[in-house]
Amino acid sequence: MKKFLTKSFAWFGYLAVLLLLPQFFDSILAVSLFNQMAIAIVFALSYNMLLGQGGMLSFGHAVYFGLGGFLAVHALLLIEFETVYFSIVYIPLLAGLVGLLAALFIGSFSTRKAGTVFAMISLGIGELLAASSLIFVSFFGGEAGVSGDRTYGPPLFGVEFFQGIEIYYLAAAWVFVATLFMYLFTQTPAGRMANAVRDNPERAEFIGYSARRVRYISFCASGFFAGIAGGLYALNYEFVTEETLNAVTSGRVLLMAYIGGLGYFIGPILGAVILTLMNSLLSNYTDLWMLYLGILFLLTVLFLPKGFAGFIMMHRVAWLQRRIGKLVLPYLATGIPAMLFMATCVLMLELSHLEDESLSVLSIDLSASSPFTWIGLLLIATISMLVTRRTLPALREAWEFANHMTDEPESKS
Amino acid sequence: MFEILVFATLNGLVTGLLLFMLASGLTLIFSMMGVLNFAHASLYMLGAYFAYSISLYLGFWLGLLIAPLLVGVLGALIERYGLRRVHQHGHVAELVFTFGLAFLIDEAVQFFWGPDTKNYQSPDVLDFPLFTLFGQEFSAYRGFMIGISVLIFIGLYRLLTRSRVGIIIQAAITHPHTVANLGHNVPLIFMAVFGVGSALAGVAGVIAGPVLTTFPGMAAVLGSIVFVIVVIGGLGSLAGALIASLLIGLLQSYAIASNLGVADLLNLLGLEFSRDHPLTDLWTLTLPQIAPILPYLLLILVLIFRPTGLLGNREQ
Amino acid sequence: MNIKKQKMSYFSSALALSLSLILVQPAFSQEPVRIAFMDPLSGAFASIGNSGLKQLQFAADHMFNAKGGILGGRMIEIVPLDNQQSPTETQLQFRRAVSEDLRIIFQGNSSAVANTLNSTITRHNRRNPGQEILQINYSAVDPILTNEQCSFWHFRFDAHAIMKLNILTDYIAENPAIKKIYIIGQDYSFGQVVSDNSIALLNAKRPDIEIVGNEFHPIGQVKDFTPYVTKIVASDADAVITGNFGADMVSLARSIIDSGLDIPIYTFYAAYDGITATLGADGVDRIHLIHNDSGNPLPSEERKEYYRAFKAENPGNDMTQPRILTALQMVVAAMEETQSTDPYDIALALEDMRFTTISGEEIWMRGEDHQVVQGLHLSVHTDQDVEFDADNSGFGLVTRYSVPAEETVVETSCRMRRPRR
Repeated sequence: MKKFLTKSFAWFGYLAVLLLLPQFFDSILAVSLFNQMAIAIVFALSYNMLLGQGGMLSFGHAVYFGLGGFLAVHALLLIEFETVYFSIVYIPLLAGLVGLLAALFIGSFSTRKAGTVFAMISLGIGELLAASSLIFVSFFGGEAGVSGDRTYGPPLFGVEFFQGIEIYYLAAAWVFVATLFMYLFTQTPAGRMANAVRDNPERAEFIGYSARRVRYISFCASGFFAGIAGGLYALNYEFVTEETLNAVTSGRVLLMAYIGGLGYFIGPILGAVILTLMNSLLSNYTDLWMLYLGILFLLTVLFLPKGFAGFIMMHRVAWLQRRIGKLVLPYLATGIPAMLFMATCVLMLELSHLEDESLSVLSIDLSASSPFTWIGLLLIATISMLVTRRTLPALREAWEFANHMTDEPESKS
Repeated sequence: MFEILVFATLNGLVTGLLLFMLASGLTLIFSMMGVLNFAHASLYMLGAYFAYSISLYLGFWLGLLIAPLLVGVLGALIERYGLRRVHQHGHVAELVFTFGLAFLIDEAVQFFWGPDTKNYQSPDVLDFPLFTLFGQEFSAYRGFMIGISVLIFIGLYRLLTRSRVGIIIQAAITHPHTVANLGHNVPLIFMAVFGVGSALAGVAGVIAGPVLTTFPGMAAVLGSIVFVIVVIGGLGSLAGALIASLLIGLLQSYAIASNLGVADLLNLLGLEFSRDHPLTDLWTLTLPQIAPILPYLLLILVLIFRPTGLLGNREQ
Repeated sequence: MNIKKQKMSYFSSALALSLSLILVQPAFSQEPVRIAFMDPLSGAFASIGNSGLKQLQFAADHMFNAKGGILGGRMIEIVPLDNQQSPTETQLQFRRAVSEDLRIIFQGNSSAVANTLNSTITRHNRRNPGQEILQINYSAVDPILTNEQCSFWHFRFDAHAIMKLNILTDYIAENPAIKKIYIIGQDYSFGQVVSDNSIALLNAKRPDIEIVGNEFHPIGQVKDFTPYVTKIVASDADAVITGNFGADMVSLARSIIDSGLDIPIYTFYAAYDGITATLGADGVDRIHLIHNDSGNPLPSEERKEYYRAFKAENPGNDMTQPRILTALQMVVAAMEETQSTDPYDIALALEDMRFTTISGEEIWMRGEDHQVVQGLHLSVHTDQDVEFDADNSGFGLVTRYSVPAEETVVETSCRMRRPRR
């Protein structure tokens, strides 16, 4: 009962955050950012159904997202030219059904095997569709894509969806519903068996489940939700291009899910938020943001194999033991020099990339041509790295102490 | 028609052998470690860029020698400090790691060399037509590309089947624990194989750079095709990789050389079609247009009907 | 003002600012006139975008800010927006422009992006009267932008593809030695436009010219162009027409040259940003380029001087698109004329404006479709008589054939919807 209460509390919190965000940040830019996040959350969660819960590594998940998007924008066009007449709030559902249909077909042969075979088929199909989208211009609109207008449908309670904020509330509603259903899916027998098949397909077969069927069900559900995300995309941007179904989009969703944390339900949500923020804020300040993204991704894979969500969950034991406070000081002692080290590295990268002579940071002018700048930065970098290395054992010790005497093993959700 | 056929075959051979040089390293790494290295094509690109920078100072030939060595060392370092670390988290983590690495290398290349195409030229010694057939020249450099690829195939094949090292490698593929128990340093062998595989990609980059243009997108253009080859040929099979490379090289070359399209097919069947039809994109489709996606079609078909690939004997 | 520095100094303030409501302050006389520049500044196409940004920044500084500004002392501030040449990112950057109250957007690269921006702006302006935004297109040449898809809020300062092809085919038609032509292009809208119109125009002008090939290849997917070149050789063509750009252009030209085929290649984008340097000696007298910004010898002393000043400040870049300056000058002229920075006023003043460029040429912004009418030139890649080279390579463009503005006019199908005020 208590567990149920905390869970519903979390869901209400989620809903409240979704609804209240634009109350605090209401510039056009912020709302556009929230719309992006909403789309990314659904998409990343649907990807996690494959990789995190089903153990299927896909390099072509954008296919279902893109197809959903294209259908949605064609639906907008149909509404505009009065072939059909229904409210645009149902378009994401329609797009989801297209994603489901595509997944039903493709999954029928690709889910036979997991692992490398599955990954390669998904890659092949992704490339095939991305290339075809440029050839079949009448449906995909070539490189300029297909453009529609969301304001021609019947208004919903007087809302005509002129502004981004109106689309945000629509998207938020869809995100909440989609998240809820995706969560409920993990609680169904099919969702539970997906985990079993991921971890040990042979044993799952022995208890009488067809691994292929279980994978197929997850795959179709995942395609459905990716389609919904695609539909939201079409409503938000009012156009869809081949970008939405190419390898870059497939790669980005993998990045989101992985950085956020596979295997944790909340992971992809975190990843979607972090990556969207990085993408739109960082890119305004530096040309090198893609490089930083690459470095962040590799560091995550190397040092946080369970992503950011996994990192947070690591502290559960210490939290339950009420020893989390003991970690604060060592974290600061290691974290601050580590941050300093990274900041200096970033500064050196920016300086060497700079075409102008100097860079002003914290109102200090750094000149790229002066050797003193470089010596100074290298010195700071070296010292901060050494300090980090020196304080690391202390942190490890504190960590072990905080997690000592555990009777509850770290659990996977 | 005949002249097109001859040149299409030659072109297909050059492309196929170049692809093989990449695929051989990839398949070697895969058969050893079970890792499909997504960054393989990025290492190929690095080879081209390294060689370009070296050739500015030391000329093409030293570039051909040094650049693959550099790429090989880099590959070994990646194995030692990257892959070995993520190995404990399973195969998915390894694949994702190499995927991220590919992303990072592409960005790093743009950081160091900029996004422009680079003026990387073939050496003057090879700057003459090897022969002229039907008014078209076949450059000596392309002949040189064929030569190097064939040499590498023979060298690799002999190394793996005839030498002591090759026997240990082959044993380590199937029975790593037994080999370790015999006193061989298996992690070292892994590192060396990864290094050699990367160096092979480097060689491919060095010799492909001048003809295929050295630019930051060159990895992306070849990247997925190489996987396709390794999978079609059968994971871990060197001979399979050779066959698949040539198959795909020739397939694409012939497809481009042909002028066939759906329209011809319809005419053959005695059907008429109008340009205003909603499916007009389909009617006007031609074989050259879809040449670049043929390999993916082939990949899907092979995986559905023969998941082990042409010559492979195991499913991963 | 240097751009990077400005970008970094945002760092601290903007993180907080960008997430909160940005208040629009009432304009007072010394507040700068802010103009957005939206093009790829990172990623694969960054060099083209960055080169354009430098040219616009220089135009603003050298022509106006250094001379006391515009509208009685206001400076021009260029705000770079990086769209990575992606339609999606373009939308996001557009929203940023709206929330920062940037009302004029310079944009040039990729017709797909220009089309997206055009429809986004049209939609936005209809839904938000009083907050209109103006699109200054300095380089996207898809004809539909000033034909079927024309908009009151879009002005094009480059000749569109059909105008260019019209002149290019005139030039080809005058050469009796050319009897067979091979057309090859990237499989997308611009490639299709080039192919369809070349065939139609050549058929009308020289019915005896045979189109021996009409090939499309996917963008950025071709490893090796040799198989295509084999077909060109076998077709016995006397010339090649291609709309390729970037690496596809370089690879195609390289493959043609490597095969020993010595025929002219007529192009749109085969110069600058590393391409000239890469083609080098191999491309001499083979690569032809149709463009609106005449090559060597430059037509006026004023332009030479401007070029030298630009080169002194940006030694690594070339003045690839003097039309960026022309566009800015005309926008400023419209502002001065109306004493306003409101896009609606500027748009009205720009319509049918006649303006003399630094090349000494009078050009005309046609009111009917907002398409600039200006002279066009056919230049060749060479190292002879190159006063101003490209990519610091010693190679550059020398103009062989010029057509005055009035002869470049083509009909438009534009039926513009004009907003009412």
